[in-house]
Amino acid sequence: MMEALTPFIAPFIVMNAVLGIVTYVTLLERKFAARMQSRIGPYRVGPHGLLQPIADAIKLMMKEDVVPTAADRPIYNLAPIVFVLPCMFIFATIPFAPGLGVADLNIGVLFFLAVSSMEIVGLFMAGWGSNNKYALLSAMRAVNQVISYDLPFIFAALTPVLLAGSLKLSDIAAAQAGGAWFIFYPVIGQLAFIAFIVSTVAAENRAPFDILEAESELVAGFRVEYSGMKFALIQLGEYAHIIGSSFLGALLFLGAWAGPGPEWLDPIWFLTKAMFMFLVVTWVRWSFVRIRVDQILALSWKALLPFTLLLLIATAIVVVWRGPGV
Amino acid sequence: MSSGTVTADQARTLIGERFSGSTVEGTTALTVTVTPDAWLPFATFAKETLGCRFFSFLSANDWKDEGLEVVAKVDNTDTNLAILVKSRLGAGVTTCASLVPVYRGANWMERECYDMFGIRFEGHPDLRRILLQDDWVGHPLLKSYSVDTPYPPYR
Amino acid sequence: MTTVSTTRQELDYAGSERLTMNMGPQHPSAHGVFRAILQLEGETVVGVDAVIGYLHRCHEKLAETLTYAQYPSIASKTDYVAAMTSEFAYVMAAETIGKIEVPKRAQYLRVITSELQRVASHLLWLGTWCLDMGGALGGGATIFLYCIREREDILDLFESLVGARLLYGFYQVGGVRYDIPDGWATKCRETVDLIDQRINEYQRMLEENPFFLVRTQGVGVISRELAEDVGISGPLLRGSGVAYDLRRATPYSSYEDFEFNIPVETAGDCFARYRVRMVEFRESLRIVRQALDKLPEGPISSRPGLKSVAQTRIPKGETYARIEGARGEVGCYLIADGSAKPYRMKWRGASFSNLAVLPHVIPGHKVADVVAIMGSVDPVFGEVDR
Repeated sequence: MMEALTPFIAPFIVMNAVLGIVTYVTLLERKFAARMQSRIGPYRVGPHGLLQPIADAIKLMMKEDVVPTAADRPIYNLAPIVFVLPCMFIFATIPFAPGLGVADLNIGVLFFLAVSSMEIVGLFMAGWGSNNKYALLSAMRAVNQVISYDLPFIFAALTPVLLAGSLKLSDIAAAQAGGAWFIFYPVIGQLAFIAFIVSTVAAENRAPFDILEAESELVAGFRVEYSGMKFALIQLGEYAHIIGSSFLGALLFLGAWAGPGPEWLDPIWFLTKAMFMFLVVTWVRWSFVRIRVDQILALSWKALLPFTLLLLIATAIVVVWRGPGV
Repeated sequence: MSSGTVTADQARTLIGERFSGSTVEGTTALTVTVTPDAWLPFATFAKETLGCRFFSFLSANDWKDEGLEVVAKVDNTDTNLAILVKSRLGAGVTTCASLVPVYRGANWMERECYDMFGIRFEGHPDLRRILLQDDWVGHPLLKSYSVDTPYPPYR
Repeated sequence: MTTVSTTRQELDYAGSERLTMNMGPQHPSAHGVFRAILQLEGETVVGVDAVIGYLHRCHEKLAETLTYAQYPSIASKTDYVAAMTSEFAYVMAAETIGKIEVPKRAQYLRVITSELQRVASHLLWLGTWCLDMGGALGGGATIFLYCIREREDILDLFESLVGARLLYGFYQVGGVRYDIPDGWATKCRETVDLIDQRINEYQRMLEENPFFLVRTQGVGVISRELAEDVGISGPLLRGSGVAYDLRRATPYSSYEDFEFNIPVETAGDCFARYRVRMVEFRESLRIVRQALDKLPEGPISSRPGLKSVAQTRIPKGETYARIEGARGEVGCYLIADGSAKPYRMKWRGASFSNLAVLPHVIPGHKVADVVAIMGSVDPVFGEVDR
């Protein structure tokens, strides 16, 4: 009996850990944004607002679930699930410490990139199924944007892969052992990191690239008709995606779990670095105004894509010349 | 004399020459009264000859038995020449020439004027109510429209 | 409110199917209650019909039923973001017809309050405009909260002067209602200095931000010809290259005593309008400082103790009084018939004319630009619908 259950234990733990992190990351972001804007942020629920995410979750669960009459019901109802699944799957391949993870695939990076761009399906379903013009426009923008930014995202993520010589995430982490983080790799490391940050922000649809949410134009974009738990699922998926990308960034560029102290601190170090990545993205979010859809696409196809492609080729040449590793 | 540099005195002379039935008052800010026929020609004249390209507002007054009066204000932003032009439509007359062909700003102003006074501006491209609902009955700024006139949904 | 049969302003786009999208009247960036019926072709707006009137409160009819002493505090409800300046226009019209003299001290107090009001109004504009472009969950909210912080300081000043924070009733025919309390001038100077310094901060934050520049430069260009033709005024007109400011063109309330510059930009785009307002911040603060320095002693009203209706009888006459409000020319066309109430009042709200330019400008822009252009126009719907 126990043996049959074993394969489910690790995913269960990881999934719940992710849910916990996602819930509290919202509080982190709100507090961080509040500091930037010279205010206090959530403060009333629990000491220093620490119970705010719980209160939010309860509120969202208790809300009435409204389905618009004209909505395409099956698609509308299915969309949040289709959206949230890939966002959870991306954690399957991330090793949180040596040997601590669900599945350390040989093609870890590839799996991550492939699955993370699957969220667009749920997103488009939500936009279409709502039968709302704002949602439809948002879904159109989303497809445009995700397609445009997945390529630079992949190219930027492939630079550390080339440097490490492996697609396996634990190998990439191991290649950075002893402080040789890829972000410190001369020139290439920093450029790839910047490209990675930019394309992550865009692929995650975060401000200033949040044209599909764009509440000042499209009200709330594809999720304008969602309420209650369905809305919570979409929100959950979005934050899970951001956290997943932060973990990936920390793993690819910041040496994953490498840090001083005993071995059991490894996951803590990894989490700290991922949170650092998250806060960088948040910092960008709360400082820039949103740019327009045509400008976003132009930025991707005219600047970021050629840039990352050239960077990848340059990395390949360097790797051939110097051999893999730092 | 280019249209940009007309002074108030020159303007007074020019208006007197061009529009015989008009009266001009004021020293710096002129108040010109023209006949309804001269309403549109005067606007064209003010814009092209006097250089009053800035369209400030257009409205109307209800002089009860004496009928409606349309009022418009145009400015020359270079010389600060300000002209308030008025025209009495006459008792019972509710039509007037539209200024939209001359000043595009007259579009919304005339719609408001139609909304509030019921003046039909001939030549207006899109004369609908602007502030009140389409199904509103009456024109509220007329003196005959009392403040407590009941309106179906809000009695 | 209004049903739409056809679109008015259409570009000649051939081809694919169009989407009609309602923006408003309930919309995050409607700045009140404004409805724009957009014809979209993909992301591009090809036609727009603006629907207003949701906030119509019969101000003009109301003015005919209220006395000269009663209406000023109602006038402040037209442009509720810059209430001081709207009271000013009405009071000035009544004074012009009645040939009522205003003491110098009252004139200076009027200048101080209306310039502070301009700063407060521009702060709200900057905040909400960035909110429109950056989103409530993005960088826009950051600027918005900073601006609101400074606006609060000014509102605090008004509160200690008048007792109210939004709608004041500070002006009355013949002067102002209250004199400045002890220590107000010092506090005002401190606030002015603080805002002056903070404005520089915001300007750097925005202008060194390439995203802000691409969103505003070349967007929503209003040519000089269109600007004058439609009658847009204030910062919009000056952003389109017309150096026309009523404080300079027809000085009122002792504005000729102060030194200030009139900023003019020629580009006519959102960025030009932004630049004009950014300079106006400084110029207004400069005027406030000068007025505080030169503030003469004396009475604050030529008709002190004015309370009852009978005291404000205005002789027969008519006038058009206009002042430079935060959004442009706020005008009051007043006809008095010798009784205690006006015979007719026409209110020229600056936002009404400013908003009328939208159907001429928006077609051809993207959906995202619609909110940016609208924000740069800075309409206040109390003044549009009156």
